[in-house]
Amino acid sequence: MLPAAVIGPSRRETIVLSIKELMGWIESTDVAMLISQSRGWFPALEMIHVTATTFVFGMITIVDLRLLGLLARGSAVSDLYRDVIPLTWAAFVVAAITGGLLFISQAVAYSANFAFRMKFAVLILIALNMLAFRLFAYPGISKWDRAAAIPLRAKLAGAISLIGWIAVVSCARWIAYLMI
Amino acid sequence: MVELSSWLASLPISQALRRLSWLVPWLQIVHILANGIILSAVVMIDMRIWGISRSQASIAMARRFHPWIWAGLVVLTVSGIMLILYAPRRLLTDVTFQVKMVVMGFAIAATVALLAALRPGREASPGDPGRHKLASLLGTLTLVLWVGVTLAGRGRWLTLMMMR
Repeated sequence: MLPAAVIGPSRRETIVLSIKELMGWIESTDVAMLISQSRGWFPALEMIHVTATTFVFGMITIVDLRLLGLLARGSAVSDLYRDVIPLTWAAFVVAAITGGLLFISQAVAYSANFAFRMKFAVLILIALNMLAFRLFAYPGISKWDRAAAIPLRAKLAGAISLIGWIAVVSCARWIAYLMI
Repeated sequence: MVELSSWLASLPISQALRRLSWLVPWLQIVHILANGIILSAVVMIDMRIWGISRSQASIAMARRFHPWIWAGLVVLTVSGIMLILYAPRRLLTDVTFQVKMVVMGFAIAATVALLAALRPGREASPGDPGRHKLASLLGTLTLVLWVGVTLAGRGRWLTLMMMR
């Protein structure tokens, strides 16, 4: 194999370098620099981010456990769902904003971090799962809202969501241990 | 605290944990998940007490979340003790951790009081405004305290940075 200096960077290397450059630029913006260079901003944002994420996990787990028939079987699924969703969205928005601010402050390191990448991949999977649940399982909910037997579709969505969120929390905790 | 830490660090289980240090992230993850369950169970109970839950469920039905609070507390405590045993000195001598322990003490007390106020027969119904107010107060207090515990859980870095 000829050295890269002779044959030029491969396509993959070019893309990787471009992403790294983009991340480097993001890190150099005023907001990102403020967070990374101040004493208090990063820890404060992290505190809020972790609290919001813990909250999101807890709330979604309630719906998931209900879908799996493991708790609150006397309550209608849709009742729990409608109770949980607004608060969860609010907490998720807080988590996303603080998460974004945390990310940009060390964009290069985070984007190269395996645990961080996994976390995002799983988040996308969970989002798709939630979308699928809303589109395919939820509309018919009046038929099984209070039934003992929950449709397989809904159970599956609950299981994927539960495992997914546990995976997200796990990946998130591992990020710090894998930081370069 | 330093003497207590040294004694704890000398225990066989503490030494074993340090040999199996890969366990620590997983203990932390379990700890975080238990924290999440407790927070959400308290919120669900509170929504019923405050009357903003969409379900017609009576406050008594909030009892169904009790087992999850207890289970969460057990898992939180066991994982927490193991995490302390892993690095007793670092945690026990840290101000933020001490604050977290104190707030958690109050949070657990408030949780117990809240669950007691919701016992069947003593349940706070809208027809009994005094008891209902008490349940409402305890519910709010419990939630605020547990959020405080959660924040204090990650407050260590903030304290360290601000003290530099």
